Amino acid sequence: MESGVFFTTYEADMALRRTPVQKIRLALFIVFVLVFPFFASPYWLNLANQIAIATIGAIGLNILVGYTGQISLGQGAFMAVGAYSAGLLTARMGLPFYLSIPIACLITALVGVVFGIPSLRLKGLYLAIATLAAQEIVEWTITHWPQLTGGTEALVIPSPMLFGVRLNTDFRFYWILLLAAGGTALFTANLFRTRVGRAFVAIRDQDIAAEVIGVNVFFYKLLAFATSSFFVGLAGALTAHYRTIISWERFTIETSILYLAMIIIGGLGTINGSFFGAAFMTLLPAMISNISRALRDVAPILATLLPAAQQGIFGAVIILFLVLEPEGLAKLWRNIKDYFYVWPFSY
Amino acid sequence: MSNRQPRVRLKAEHLGLHFGGVAALTDVSLEVREGEILAIIGPNGAGKTSLLNCISGLYRPQQGHLVFYDRQGNEHNLLKKKPAEIARLGIARSFQNIELFRHMTVLDNLMLGRHVHMKGNILTCGLYWWRQQKEEIEHRRRVEDVIDFLEIENIRRKPVGTLAYGLQKRVELGRALALDPDILLLDEPMAGMNVEEKEDMARFILDINQERDVTIVLIEHDMGVVMDLSDRVVVLDFGRVIATGTPDDVRQNPLVIQAYLGNEALMEQL
Repeated sequence: MESGVFFTTYEADMALRRTPVQKIRLALFIVFVLVFPFFASPYWLNLANQIAIATIGAIGLNILVGYTGQISLGQGAFMAVGAYSAGLLTARMGLPFYLSIPIACLITALVGVVFGIPSLRLKGLYLAIATLAAQEIVEWTITHWPQLTGGTEALVIPSPMLFGVRLNTDFRFYWILLLAAGGTALFTANLFRTRVGRAFVAIRDQDIAAEVIGVNVFFYKLLAFATSSFFVGLAGALTAHYRTIISWERFTIETSILYLAMIIIGGLGTINGSFFGAAFMTLLPAMISNISRALRDVAPILATLLPAAQQGIFGAVIILFLVLEPEGLAKLWRNIKDYFYVWPFSY
Repeated sequence: MSNRQPRVRLKAEHLGLHFGGVAALTDVSLEVREGEILAIIGPNGAGKTSLLNCISGLYRPQQGHLVFYDRQGNEHNLLKKKPAEIARLGIARSFQNIELFRHMTVLDNLMLGRHVHMKGNILTCGLYWWRQQKEEIEHRRRVEDVIDFLEIENIRRKPVGTLAYGLQKRVELGRALALDPDILLLDEPMAGMNVEEKEDMARFILDINQERDVTIVLIEHDMGVVMDLSDRVVVLDFGRVIATGTPDDVRQNPLVIQAYLGNEALMEQL
């Protein structure tokens, strides 16, 4: 490791940020996210909020797919459960958002466990198909149970109140999201340097060896589904309170695949990768549409073509990134750090 | 060894295991005594690994009994237990083909050996500073002890997938050792090693047995190693036990000679 960095206690050796450089980098990032909303335009605040929610959802999915190795196509469904639970608890039962969100997370965790049961017998692609069933069942339930969910009608939720302040602007809700995303990242980082997280990763790497060393694979697989779904449900519940209007169309199979793409591009089994992926997948479409809008004045012919080509460019950029760095943006970030770390040498 | 007969820690009686029509084990009986190094030998396909898989719960034999006696002398029927429960009883093992957690560091692999001794749950782990940090440090000390013993200090933060084969074998031994086992099952711990690595491994096995009081069951093909290390030898052929005894007894057993017949180099060594 870094020369000149020595530890005299296991506390310091096991810290999340071990070197001064790492600590400074983290501090700079924290300062940035605290100062950012005071300078950002509403447009950028809106994007930042989307990134925060996507980060929570991506970390949740990464716990299951990246860390525990259980492929899930049910992300959209679990987000829907979180969103509708929180939305209905607030809209129909009048619970304040700070109660409805944690309850919604627990409900989602429970639903996650139920749909995680096939994972005890199925692996890989077979499990993916089983979780696809979860996606379809939840979607079908929402659209066909209008008495509970309002069916295909949109569900309107009163905007959240906290200490008499209505959190109805991007600026106000930003702080809630920052707290939630920060908490999720910290909890997950802790999880994967300790006993339970190690058991998850062991199941991913070698499930038979995990069993023989004493990991109850049955229990930990379901626990991985519960933990993952808890955070995915959090992302869903926050979506509900942030948007204040939700419908089933927000949580289709497309959402599941978008999130899978997020964690693959960001980096499987990493927390900063979840953030990178979330930011990338949120900013890329926004940037493409910004460019096309800017070009409208310069070259009107290009402008008519660009909106149609947006999806294509989106896909092409994703493929490009994957080919250049299959391990995702997190690896790219590591490469950059390594470059400066060994500079001026190349080894 | 003391003159009093040592306690039996593991007893297999008339084990029968078959996969469809193929009999992997037939009427296998053996006992593992406290503090000994028991070698299981036999030609390829004799059922050695199947036997270990039965003990660690990966295979469920259709016939017979398999009983483990813990330090307090309580009886545990291993045929009714899952692999994770068997590990919890204090039976650890290494595999013939290395089965490490490839993307984890050496340290994390060894910390998994402590899994059964730790209590952290999802909440204490996620909230780290509340309680988990203390437990992690406590067990980290135990793991550092094993790292020290196996002389792998310099690689503790390396992902095991990047390590050389011989080192991976050593890490796998370390992971099993971190569990603080009563019985250690080693499936060909020296396969594919050079002479120097074999010597190291033999020294580790003897040290584990003598200094750490761990009973060892060993599968090995290198007859020199088997004869030097083991207190007793069980010979399997076609899923049956054809001989049991001290290395010297087994060496002269005509059935054993017959089983190995054709391999003259091996017999000369015997």
